[in-house]
Amino acid sequence: MTNSRDSARAQSALKDQALVQLTLVRFREFLREPEALFWVFGFPIILAAGLGVAFRNRPPEVLKVGVVSADLKSALAGEKLLDVTEFRGGHDAELALETGKIALLAEPGADKQIVYHYDDTNPDARTARMLADAAIQRASGRADPVASSDRLIREPGSRYIDFLLPGLLGMNLMGSGIWGLVFAIVDARRKKLMKRLVATPMPRHDYLLSFLLSRLGLLVIEVALLAGFGALVFQVPLRGSLVSLMLICVIGSLSFSAIGLLISSRLQTIEAASGVSNLVMMPMWVLSGVFFSAQRFPEAVQPVIHALPLTALIDALRGNMLQGEPIAQLAPQLGILGVWLVVSFSLALKLFRWR
Amino acid sequence: MCQHSSMPSTTAGPALRLRNLRKTYKDVVAVDGIDLEVHRGECFGLLGPNGAGKTTTIEICEGLTSADSGEVELLGMRWNSHGGALRQKLGIQLQETQLSEKLTVVETIRLFRSFYHQGPTTEEVIAQAQLNEKRDARVGGLSGGQKQRLALGCALVGDPELLFLDEPTTGLDPQARRQLWDLIEQFKAAGRTILLTTHYMDEAERLCDRVAIMDHGKVIALGTPRELIASIGVEHIVEFSASPAVGTPFDSGALGRMDGVSGVRSENGSVLMQVTALHLAVPALLGELGRQGVALTELRTHSATLEDVFVALTGRHLRDE
Repeated sequence: MTNSRDSARAQSALKDQALVQLTLVRFREFLREPEALFWVFGFPIILAAGLGVAFRNRPPEVLKVGVVSADLKSALAGEKLLDVTEFRGGHDAELALETGKIALLAEPGADKQIVYHYDDTNPDARTARMLADAAIQRASGRADPVASSDRLIREPGSRYIDFLLPGLLGMNLMGSGIWGLVFAIVDARRKKLMKRLVATPMPRHDYLLSFLLSRLGLLVIEVALLAGFGALVFQVPLRGSLVSLMLICVIGSLSFSAIGLLISSRLQTIEAASGVSNLVMMPMWVLSGVFFSAQRFPEAVQPVIHALPLTALIDALRGNMLQGEPIAQLAPQLGILGVWLVVSFSLALKLFRWR
Repeated sequence: MCQHSSMPSTTAGPALRLRNLRKTYKDVVAVDGIDLEVHRGECFGLLGPNGAGKTTTIEICEGLTSADSGEVELLGMRWNSHGGALRQKLGIQLQETQLSEKLTVVETIRLFRSFYHQGPTTEEVIAQAQLNEKRDARVGGLSGGQKQRLALGCALVGDPELLFLDEPTTGLDPQARRQLWDLIEQFKAAGRTILLTTHYMDEAERLCDRVAIMDHGKVIALGTPRELIASIGVEHIVEFSASPAVGTPFDSGALGRMDGVSGVRSENGSVLMQVTALHLAVPALLGELGRQGVALTELRTHSATLEDVFVALTGRHLRDE
C-alpha cells in the first residue's frame, strides 16, 4: 500500500515536472527567436511612437493670408492667428494663392466691399475667411452683442494616441495569441516533433497547457511594456484598475490562443498556417477599430463588428484605460470573449490532430 | 492510473508478438499479413527496400498507427488495455523527427526525461549518447551523427525494456554510423530488446541476431543473417567486367556450366556469378575467358551478404536508386 501511494505521489510530482519542462521550452523557443521578439515587443512600440508623433495635437496653427492694400493689413494686424502678407500687385497675390503659399486673399472691391478669394473645400481657407472677416468687421467698428471668453482643454484621454494605444494593445494580444500557438504547433507537426512527443508518455493536456502558461507569462511583459510606454512617453491615462486591466488582457489573450489552437488543429505547413491566420486576423485589423473608430462602418454591419473578439477586447481596454469603467460595466465585452474562448477551444479539441 | 496488481507479468513470453497484421492506405497494401515474434534480449531487424512496409509495421508496434486487423502484443501487454504503462517501457526513435533546433542538448534530454517515471539522469543519458562536449550546444548546430545520437538518447531516457529504431543510420557517413552502432550494441549488451528497421544489409548483419526480410508488405525470409545467407546455397559472389576482343561475341552461357558456379547474370555491363566453391570457379573463369580471347578489366569477389539473399529472392536490389 505504501508503495503504491509513494509511486502515485512520485507520478504526480513528475507530471508537474513535465508541464514545467514543456512551459520552459515554450519560453526558450520564443526568447531565442529574435524576429518573434521584435514583432511582439518592438514593433507595437515603434508603431505607437510613430503614430503618436505623427498625430500629436499641435498648437493652433497660424494661417497665412494675403492682402493688396495697407488698410486691410492694419485691419488684420489684431488677429494673432493670421500671418498677413501685403502684395504690391494682384498678379503676385493670385500666384501665391494658386500655389498654396497663402490660404486666403483679401482685396477691396467696389462700394467699399471686401472680396475674399479662397478655396471653400479647404478647411484652413474657410477658417482664415472667418477670422479675417471678423477682424475686419471689428476694425470697422462692429460691436459683438454677446461677450464671450475661451477656456482651453488639452487633456490626456481625448487625443489620437489615447485612442490608438488600447487598439494597438488589443491587436498585439491577438497577433501574439494566434501566432504564438499556430506557428509553434504547425511547426512541431511539420517536423514530426509532435509525433515524437506523442510516442512518449507525455500527458497531452500538459502540452496544450504549456502554450497557455507561456502565453500568460509573456502577456504580462507585453502589456506592461506597451501600456507603460504609453503612460510614460505620451501620458496615456490608465484610469481603470490595473487588476481589471490584467483580467481583460488575460481573457482576451486566452480567447485568441483558443482561436490559434483551432486554426492549428489540422494544418500541416507553415504556408497554410500563415495564410489562414492572416485570413482570420485581417478583417479584424480593419473592422475592429484599432486605428479608427469602428462606428465609421455602416449601421447594418455593426452587430457583426461588435461580435468580433478584437472589437470586444479593444472596447473593453478603452473602457478600462480611458473611461475608467469598472469591470462589471465591461461584462458584455468579456462575455463575447468568453464565448469565443469556449467555442474555439471545444472545437479545437474535437478537431485536433496529434500528427 | 494503472493498477500494478492487474498488470500482466512483463518478464515471461516474447518481447513482441505480431499476428496476421494488416494495414491498407487507400488502395496501397502497406502491411499484408505479418506474423513475427521478437525474443527478449535479442536485436531483431526488419530489412527491406523503401516502401516494403517496414515503417508502417514498426509504427503499428509503437502504437502510433492502428492496424486494420491482426494482433500486437508487447511485453505481454496490448495498446488498448495498457497504453499508459507501455509508453513508460518503450524507447522510440522515429525516422524523420526534427528536434527543436533552438534548444540545447541538455534541455532536450531534460524535456524527454520529464515524461518518464524512472530512468537514468539527464547527465547519464548525455554521457551514454557521447554528447558530453555538445552538452550546451544548440541542436541546430549539431552534425547529422550527433543529431541521431541525441535522438537515440531521447529514446533511452525512460530506461526502456524495448527499443524501436526506424532507420537509425540513414544518411550518416561511415564513421557516424559506426559510432551509432557502438551505442546500440552497448544497449543490447545490457540485455534489452531492440527492433530496428534498415535498408543497409551491413547494418543488419552487424547488429541483428535475427532478421526478417520484407518486400511488398510481406515477410519473405526470416532467420539469423547466417541462416539466410546459407539458405541461398551460395557462399561467394564473383563480379567481373571484360572487354571482348574485336569480332568475338562473348559467350556467358559457358560460365554457368563451370564447376562451383550456381548462377550467372549480367548487370550494368558487368557479370555476377553466384559461386559455391571459389577455388574451383575462379581458375575456371580465367581459363574460359582466355579461351574466348576476352581481357578482364575488373575482377572482384565477396562473401555472400543479405543483399545477395534479397537479390536471390526478388531479383531486385535493396536500394534501387
